[in-house]
Amino acid sequence: MFPKRFIDFPDWNVGNPFLDFERMRRDMNRLAEGFGSGLPSFSTAGVFPLTNVTEDNNNYYVRAELPGMNTRDIEISATDSSLSISGQRIIAEEKDHVRYHRREREAGNFSRMISLPGSVDTDKVEASFMDGILKIVLPKSEAMKPKRIEVK
Amino acid sequence: MTDINSKEIQAREKKDVSTPEQTKPGLLFTPAVDIFENDQGLTVVADLPGVKPQNLGIDLRKDTLSIIGDVESPESPGETDHIREFRTGRFFRQFTLSEVVDQNKIEASLKNGVLRLRLHKVEKAVPRKIAVQAG
Repeated sequence: MFPKRFIDFPDWNVGNPFLDFERMRRDMNRLAEGFGSGLPSFSTAGVFPLTNVTEDNNNYYVRAELPGMNTRDIEISATDSSLSISGQRIIAEEKDHVRYHRREREAGNFSRMISLPGSVDTDKVEASFMDGILKIVLPKSEAMKPKRIEVK
Repeated sequence: MTDINSKEIQAREKKDVSTPEQTKPGLLFTPAVDIFENDQGLTVVADLPGVKPQNLGIDLRKDTLSIIGDVESPESPGETDHIREFRTGRFFRQFTLSEVVDQNKIEASLKNGVLRLRLHKVEKAVPRKIAVQAG
């Protein structure tokens, strides 16, 4: 699938020799999305860690991939409309003398601020860490929850 | 070595590397790995976030080592997306080993989404003299 920035290419409708190509590619995208997993367009990476934010009726969910982290090295704080995740990823040095063939895994600091789509109840925020994925559940504040309205 | 305290981790996009050869539908990702060697053996460390031990496959055939890890979608069906920066699917990576490893001495551990695989080298085969028969 094409990254979002390609899909959102501005529409130069006047005198654009690539117009047909544009239209064709948009159709292809639509086709691909129809056949694919039905996911929304993929936003390009900004700040580590890569984060997904979802919601259902009662909660917002924030998930981040942090393989090999220890829970004590992750710091999370929430206000009623934002969430901050920071920490340090440590990759222990190998004790005995080793020769590296590949070194792709990165260590270092990270800090990330996520603004939430609505307000949350900060007292009830819960975080769990399993198999290298951090999951934060943020219950929506009462005002944000959808209300069922009875018809009289 | 760079100073760990000053280094910021750069976000790297998870790239889907699905090739037409794939037999299972879904996305395919390349995990980041560290590979290092000492006299006794070779160690492979791979980042496999979201992979549970029962969904991890390590396969060594002749000199080809394959690592396959499947990630179950963490979202429940009722959730809708706001921000989506990573997707999940299958991690796959294959390596060709230059030295013969001992098939019976492979140790693997998976902790917090990181696989550590230790492959021991086979004891060097004693050089054998081959007599050539004249005839």
